[in-house]
Amino acid sequence: MKRNDIILIIAILVFAFGTIVFFNLTKSEGDKVVITIDGKPYKTLDLNTDTTLNIEGEDGEYNLLVIENGVASMKDASCPDLICVHQSDIHFDNETIVCLPNKVVVEIESSESNEIDGIVN
Amino acid sequence: MSSKKTATYGLLIALAFIFSYVESLVPIPLPIPGMKLGLANIVVLIALYVLGSKQAFGLSVLRIVLVGLTFGSLFSMIYSLAGGILSCIAMILCKKTKLFSIVGVSIVGGVTHNIGQIIAAILIVENRGIAYYLPVLLVTGAVTGLLIGMLGAEITKRLTVKLNINNHKCN
Repeated sequence: MKRNDIILIIAILVFAFGTIVFFNLTKSEGDKVVITIDGKPYKTLDLNTDTTLNIEGEDGEYNLLVIENGVASMKDASCPDLICVHQSDIHFDNETIVCLPNKVVVEIESSESNEIDGIVN
Repeated sequence: MSSKKTATYGLLIALAFIFSYVESLVPIPLPIPGMKLGLANIVVLIALYVLGSKQAFGLSVLRIVLVGLTFGSLFSMIYSLAGGILSCIAMILCKKTKLFSIVGVSIVGGVTHNIGQIIAAILIVENRGIAYYLPVLLVTGAVTGLLIGMLGAEITKRLTVKLNINNHKCN
C-alpha cells in the first residue's frame, strides 16, 4: 500500500460522512403530528400550533404530549421506564416517539407526499 | 498477445464467470440492495495488472453479458454494465496515473462500481431519493475494494512470476 492509497481511503470516508451530514441537514420539516394507540389513529395535530395533549388509554395510562415552537415532545407518562419522555424532540418528517408500554406512537408527517418513502417501502 | 497470454485471458474470463455465479448462490443478508463483495472484480483487477487495460475492459464486459444471459435478466444486466464499465474505466485511468498501488486502484474500482449502479438506478426509477444510499455504498465499496485489492496484490505477484509475463510491456 502506498501513502496515496491511505489518503484515498480517508478522502472517501470524509466524503461519505459529508454526504450523511448534508442529507441530515436538508431533511424536510414535517407539519403534522399523528398519534396512534395500538395501531389505531387517535388524533392528528398541527405541529405549528402550540398545544398540550394528554393522551389517555383505556386502563388509565396516560402520555403528556407537548407541542411547542414547532417541536413535539413527551413531557410525562405513566409507563415505568419513561423512555418516551427521554427521547429528544421531534420535528423532521417521519421522526417518531414511541411509548411501547402504552402502545402510543407519535409520528411527524408532512402534508406533501414524500418521495423517499415511496422507494423505501 | 502470446499464446500463453491468450490462454490466461480465456481462463480469467471463465473464472470471473464462475465467481459471479458463486456469489449469486450465496446471498449474504445485507440491509442495502446492491451491496456485495464483488468477487468477480478481483479477476478484472488481476487482468488489468497481468494482461493489460484492453483485456481487462473486454473481460469485464464479456463477463457481465455472459452472466446476464445465463443467470440474470436484461434488467440486471443494465445495472451490472453501468457499474462494471464505469469501475473498469476508472481503474484503468487510475492505474495510468501511477499515483496508487493495486490496492488504491481496487478501492477506486469498488467505489465507482457502486456509483455507476446508483446512477443507473436513479435514471431507471427516476427518483433521486435513491441517492440516500450513496454514503453507505461509498463506504462498503471502499471496504470491499480494500479487501479485493490486498488479495489481488498477492495473486498478481505470484501469477506474474508463474506466467513469466513482464507486465510493464503490455500497458
